[in-house]
Amino acid sequence: MTTQILIAGFGGQGVLFAGKFIAYKGLVEGKELSWLPSYGPEMRGGTANCSVILSDEPVGSPIVSEPDVLMVMNLPSLDKYENAAVKGASIFVDSTLIGRKVVRDDVKAFYIPATQMAIDAGVPTLANMIMVGKMLKETGVLSFENTVETLKKIVSAKRAELLDMNIKALEAGYNYKG
Amino acid sequence: MAEKVLMKGNEAIAEAAIKAGCRLYFGYPITPQTEIAAYMAKRMPKIGGTFLQAESEVSAINMVYGVAGAGFRVMTSSSSPGISLKQEGISYIAGADLPALIVNVQRGGPGLGGIQPSQSDYFQATKGGGHGDYHLIVLAPASVQEMADLTIKAFDLADKYRVPTMLLADGTMGQMMEPVELPETTSEPVEKPWAVTGTKMQRKHNIINSLYLNPELLEKTNFERFERYKQIEQNEVMFEEYMMDDAEYCVVAFGIAARVSKNAVTAARRKGIKVGLIRPITLWPFPVDVLKKAADKVKGFVSVELSMGQMIEDIKLATECRRPVVLCNRSGGMIPTPEHVLETIENLAKENK
Amino acid sequence: MKVFEKPKALTDAPFHYCPGCTHGIIHRLVAEAIDELGIEGNTIGVAPVGCAVMAYDYFACDMVEAAHGRAPAIATGLKRAMPDNIIFTYQGDGDLASIGMAETVHAATRNENITIIFVNNAIYGMTGGQMAPTSLPGQVTQTSPYGRDLSNQGYPIRVSELLASLDGPEYIERVAVNNVKNVRNAKKAILKAFKNQTEKKGFSLIEVVSSCPTNWGMTPQKALEWVEEKMIPYYPLGVYKDRSAENKEEK
Repeated sequence: MTTQILIAGFGGQGVLFAGKFIAYKGLVEGKELSWLPSYGPEMRGGTANCSVILSDEPVGSPIVSEPDVLMVMNLPSLDKYENAAVKGASIFVDSTLIGRKVVRDDVKAFYIPATQMAIDAGVPTLANMIMVGKMLKETGVLSFENTVETLKKIVSAKRAELLDMNIKALEAGYNYKG
Repeated sequence: MAEKVLMKGNEAIAEAAIKAGCRLYFGYPITPQTEIAAYMAKRMPKIGGTFLQAESEVSAINMVYGVAGAGFRVMTSSSSPGISLKQEGISYIAGADLPALIVNVQRGGPGLGGIQPSQSDYFQATKGGGHGDYHLIVLAPASVQEMADLTIKAFDLADKYRVPTMLLADGTMGQMMEPVELPETTSEPVEKPWAVTGTKMQRKHNIINSLYLNPELLEKTNFERFERYKQIEQNEVMFEEYMMDDAEYCVVAFGIAARVSKNAVTAARRKGIKVGLIRPITLWPFPVDVLKKAADKVKGFVSVELSMGQMIEDIKLATECRRPVVLCNRSGGMIPTPEHVLETIENLAKENK
Repeated sequence: MKVFEKPKALTDAPFHYCPGCTHGIIHRLVAEAIDELGIEGNTIGVAPVGCAVMAYDYFACDMVEAAHGRAPAIATGLKRAMPDNIIFTYQGDGDLASIGMAETVHAATRNENITIIFVNNAIYGMTGGQMAPTSLPGQVTQTSPYGRDLSNQGYPIRVSELLASLDGPEYIERVAVNNVKNVRNAKKAILKAFKNQTEKKGFSLIEVVSSCPTNWGMTPQKALEWVEEKMIPYYPLGVYKDRSAENKEEK
């Protein structure tokens, strides 16, 4: 079983961090995996995307061109990748920032007002992790256990307050009913 | 066994180099390999090592030349345009028979080119690069694990044969993260009686040099060096075969292109096409024998490259043009998709039943 | 009674330099400094590309032959690997002030604890007398056959003054070897440049104003006079930077 995940949005929305969390979660659960970011000037303000592949077998190409799971955090990313997703894919849309619906009817679409939820919850920079929480809930590709252990690998020990904020965001997404 | 950790390819190179006993790194920032310098800048001062950001690539490689002359394990890293600048020093290092590691995390060219992944420095890496009669041992990793393992291997080979080695990666390999396991200890240090460490007034002076004004002497040193190259060709060829046992067609690809090709091979097999993959791990020495043998049984080859087609020439030479070799390529920082490779395989199969 | 003898830090290999060339004197001064400090067994020299390219055969210590202009980078590598060894480079004006200017300036500004002997004779000797970055205004060379034209080829570079303007380096002095008095001063300066390194004081460069009778087209005697009359007025001798002494004064 192989899951190809593509996360896309503006630089600064934490697209790469969200991917990193999923990758580390995969590592904790003993999966084969790869994480590949877009890189270069586009990281600083332009569009950013990141490919994460989770598998029970060694990963071939680390580039996700036909995602099973698509997480988009701005309109250009939905426009660009909607048609790339495989039939039956799960598409997660930040509905605060994306006004339109998914057009295709052969995929499962989920709308999360992640940016608004993040502002309301007092964690305005963590819409990305709200999206990840929802994605984990709906796809079941990884469990929702040991999230603290995973976060500790990517959040600096010096900034422990971020740990709590990330957990709060993940749980908000996981529990979001919509 | 050490714990598996997630690392970027660039970071894996840096940590593996430290594990291999490299305590001196000289470099200059350039995308997409700057993580190596950043990692070294952080780690080296903590373990009594040296990280120095040189004033140029030219200076960095000459600092490497000095340290290699003193017999210490030493490395530099860069990306394509920076590697062009280093060629002078690389030629001197080869000419003075010194071990050193040069890492090239390739990006698109020519000129300033772009910053996206490429394999278009294949010719430069495997056919010379700098002036004169010499080779580098060129290793091509295709995973983050191999970024680490082949870095260590590169230091060992350099010491064993007194040759500079190159790790030829690309932007994807440098930037991607995968689980990696780093070995705790590596090989024993090699004796280097030729090194310039001071005579201690106990021996005649050692000279690190590539100048021979007497052409007979220069020819002799070149002949001797090429005798060593023959040993390397006999002993050190590395490659991976994938689904080649019953293959009727053969994809040849290295690095990221091999990763993409594996997906295509799996997809083609599902469609009933008997295709396999040969992945050169050493680009020099090139795995000539395995390709020669493959040419005895397969009906054609596909060379998958992130360039306008460079390795394809070595495939044709290795197989003595006995079978068709077609190119599946992208250039300038673009990467062929598995579908593109699959289509090429299907066309090859159609035309060579 | 003291008999004149060859310094121990020189090998028995006969010099290949032209008659009247001052490289021989400067080699000797370097070797004497090495002898006096007793550092030969611990010293590594870096030879340039230029007339002194074969210096690796003449110095008895371990030697590295550099690419053109790169000696300070190589010396940097050697010193970083072996901070307790003594590392020196021996370079000409084309090597140090033209193709190797970046390496020179950056080694100086990092205050690398190395010693540089910079031989300035205002010409490219080995390749047969072409214009150097230090060739004087109007100086006729193979590549400035009508004399160095400032509007076309620019001005000579005064290396000592240039490097002394940096905060980095420890010691910069310009000396000459055109008469006995100057040779004695040069000896003192070179010794100090090595001593500084043994005391871990940092970057020391001695610019030695020198001659090239062959490519200047003069007799050795005439060439030495030309050093006095033309070179030294453009390249005044003296200490341009001595940080330890300056610090002492401030205290």
